[in-house]
Amino acid sequence: MTKQCLVVIGNGMAGCRAVEEVLKRDPDRYEITIFGTEPRVNYDRIMLSPVLAGEKAFADIVLNDEAWYREHAITLHTGCAVSEIDREARVVRASDGTQAAYDRLILATGSDPVRLPLPGVDLAGVVTFRDLDDVEAMVVAADAGGEAVVIGGGLLGLEAAYGLARRGMRATVIHLMDVLMERQLDESAGFLLRSALTDRGVETVLGAQSEAILGEDGKVSGLQLKDGRIIPCSLLVMAVGIRPNTALAANCGLNVGRGVVVDDQMRTSDPDIFAIGECAEHRGIAYGLVAPIWEMCRTLADVLTGVENCAYGGSVLQTRLKVSGVDVFSAGRFSGGEGCEDVVFRDAGRGVYKRVVLEQGRVAGAVLFGDVIDGGWYFDLMKSQADVSELRETLIFGQAVTEALRGVDPKSAVAAMADSQEICGCNGVCKGAITSAIGDLGLATLEDVRAHTKASASCGSCTPLVEKLLAVTLGDAFQAQTGPKPVCGCTHHGHEVVRKRIVSEGLKSIPAVMQALEWTTPEGCASCRPALNYYLICAWPGDYQDDKQSRFVNERVHANIQKDGTYSVVPRMWGGMTSPQELRAIADVADKFAIPAVKVTGGQRIDLLGVKKDDLPAVWADLNAAGMVSGHAYAKGLRTVKTCVGTDWCRFGTQDSTGLGVRLEKFMWGSWAPAKVKLAVSGCPRNCAEATCKDIGVVCVDSGFEIHIGGAAGLHIQGTQLLTKVASEDEAVWTICAITQLYREEGWYLERIYKWMARVGLETIRAQVEDLEARKALYDRFAYSQRFSRTDPWAERVAGRHAEEFNPLSRRLEFEPA
Amino acid sequence: MNALVKDPQVTWIDVGADTDIPRRGARRLKGPRGEIAIFRTGDGQVFALMDACPHKGGPLSQGIVHGASVTCPLHGRVIDLATGESLGADAGKGCAPVVPLEVREGRLFIGLART
Repeated sequence: MTKQCLVVIGNGMAGCRAVEEVLKRDPDRYEITIFGTEPRVNYDRIMLSPVLAGEKAFADIVLNDEAWYREHAITLHTGCAVSEIDREARVVRASDGTQAAYDRLILATGSDPVRLPLPGVDLAGVVTFRDLDDVEAMVVAADAGGEAVVIGGGLLGLEAAYGLARRGMRATVIHLMDVLMERQLDESAGFLLRSALTDRGVETVLGAQSEAILGEDGKVSGLQLKDGRIIPCSLLVMAVGIRPNTALAANCGLNVGRGVVVDDQMRTSDPDIFAIGECAEHRGIAYGLVAPIWEMCRTLADVLTGVENCAYGGSVLQTRLKVSGVDVFSAGRFSGGEGCEDVVFRDAGRGVYKRVVLEQGRVAGAVLFGDVIDGGWYFDLMKSQADVSELRETLIFGQAVTEALRGVDPKSAVAAMADSQEICGCNGVCKGAITSAIGDLGLATLEDVRAHTKASASCGSCTPLVEKLLAVTLGDAFQAQTGPKPVCGCTHHGHEVVRKRIVSEGLKSIPAVMQALEWTTPEGCASCRPALNYYLICAWPGDYQDDKQSRFVNERVHANIQKDGTYSVVPRMWGGMTSPQELRAIADVADKFAIPAVKVTGGQRIDLLGVKKDDLPAVWADLNAAGMVSGHAYAKGLRTVKTCVGTDWCRFGTQDSTGLGVRLEKFMWGSWAPAKVKLAVSGCPRNCAEATCKDIGVVCVDSGFEIHIGGAAGLHIQGTQLLTKVASEDEAVWTICAITQLYREEGWYLERIYKWMARVGLETIRAQVEDLEARKALYDRFAYSQRFSRTDPWAERVAGRHAEEFNPLSRRLEFEPA
Repeated sequence: MNALVKDPQVTWIDVGADTDIPRRGARRLKGPRGEIAIFRTGDGQVFALMDACPHKGGPLSQGIVHGASVTCPLHGRVIDLATGESLGADAGKGCAPVVPLEVREGRLFIGLART
């Protein structure tokens, strides 16, 4: 039997997911062809916001790479716009002449962003936020800096503004209504959101109507509001909504309303043509979120593979905002009204607001700000229309509290879920797939499930559900493994146990640890080996022989690997101070080895990028000759000590911050730690060295030195907390070394100081460093360990250590008979 | 060990001693069709693959070797040294081509197709 032809117009999330769902049910039924107007493979459009914010790269959001199309023998036409559907001949034709015959046709043409018909809308620099091209245009504009205006304070507009602010623009959101995201949020949550955005550099103008876009030389220069105000900008983003893309359907005579009208089987007015996603209109609603699309795709795939009695009954919606550190959840109705009552919880200190709307004893909606962990639970209660009158008193405190107080086994709800119910929305994994993987492959941990099914491996919001599934499926076997998370899949021990037993049992090698702690793999993996190597170095300084094959490449090669396999080299500049002689040497090295990029780092040093591995020892030799050593920019260990110029130069300086920084760096360099350690010393509370976002920061004041810990400014942004204050520079050095040693001894591998602090508590750390005896003991152990650490790894390798690492096995590989 | 002469289409080239490869480590060499990585496992087995991860072309020779697999240094994909196939959640998503390798009397021979 010849296969039927299935043609999909639209290579986006809906089109590809529909194909995936069909393939999952019956991989051999159809000959599949996909048309896409974008010149690229299918990607996760929802994740464009993190791409704009620079938190993810395009490669991270690709859903189906070219191999996927090849593997399933799908014909893909990219950059190819279908111009006509000939229902008579059952053929679709593209403007470039490509055509494809169909037995079944899926319209997944998505939607177009609305462009407000304002004067000036065609000026350069006026963009929408829909696809990767838009993101790229915005990134280019943002690189030039300046001001950006975003019209529209809905989900997309706010994410756009946040992304632009992250890229250094001053972003202003112009919103017609008085509340941001007014379709999802009430006034209280809108207010909290507005101040959270202000903290992140996004200004908001509410109740403002746009009048005209102003321009100079054909480029946008500002936005004029109805009240006469003018907001200058070099980039204007319109995020005022979407319009289903229905032109193709309308032109071939299909029934079209706001979207392409479909029935519960996703069928249009032509029984062989289906429509899904944002272009479709179902029961009068055209959806613009992803969850309904997944549901439509499942129903459509059932229909196309002959499953009987399947129907899509519409979707209940939930929304989450993707702005880092701002947790917002919304679902259902919250406008209240007759018969509705509210349960509200606020915690001003934590910036938390929760509101659950009840209607006749059932959850009708929920708005959460700042603490959204129970969003999924409320959403499930709402969808199932469960009677919650009994839970009312504790409902607002969330699932854990409610179920614990009522003695409910929180696992029962999970056990009752159907196998087809989706657990992980990001990766489309349903309950059945997880439970069968747990059973068939003998999975025992969350990490295992992530590795084998990808469930909970993306955004992580379904992690509690996956954990419950493990508990339900494994029963007591899982109970035995609750408690601390194992180091990795090679062991069931957590980091703490491993560290303690290394010391208490005198374990002095990786094989000894693996034997004593009954590792389940012969020689560990790329996760546990580096961890064990560090724990052993820390426990047995001067005694343990570092295992270079257990080091991640950067620490083995003492440089940072780059995407093309070259390396970057950062010499140390003590406290950020350098000299003409050092700068000359760096310039000479860059010339001599044709190093393609030289960049100033955020840690007050200079980065030489694009060095070939074979050249590394020679590059280091030249840098060594000028007196420079490794900056350990690659290390889980001490990186930089950033300083301001302090009393040497600054008219506000209260102490010699540069001197203290240099002293700290000269004493502490070369020390290994669970994760990177960045220090800074500011000479006064103006804090020019940005000490309050470092792992350990010193802020000098007239009366001494404030020591702060637990800052971070990477994946997470977090200010430090004040740990203690000391009067003298000596005490500052002792205290900082003591904190570092405590962290070195207690931290889990890859756990930054801020996470360690959150785990053990600031008070515990303070007690140790304010107890002078304990502080001295810690300082002494650090000082002892440093006797073996302050050796320049570059100089050692220049002298020939591990030469095989840097030389290819054979420089010639010619055809000679063996 | 006679395998070396079996296929007249393949030329075998001596590239060094097997002890030149560190245990649980790798060395690389330039081949006529790109870099080749030669790995040695903890139990002394040797394997050769083209030195490019099927994910983003990362240099597998720079990864951590564990058991008979290597973890790519760029994004952590785990590759089976014997087959070059991706393992774990990435199974089926491409493979690094295997390069013929023989050990004879402690010497390593790479097999290259005659062109």
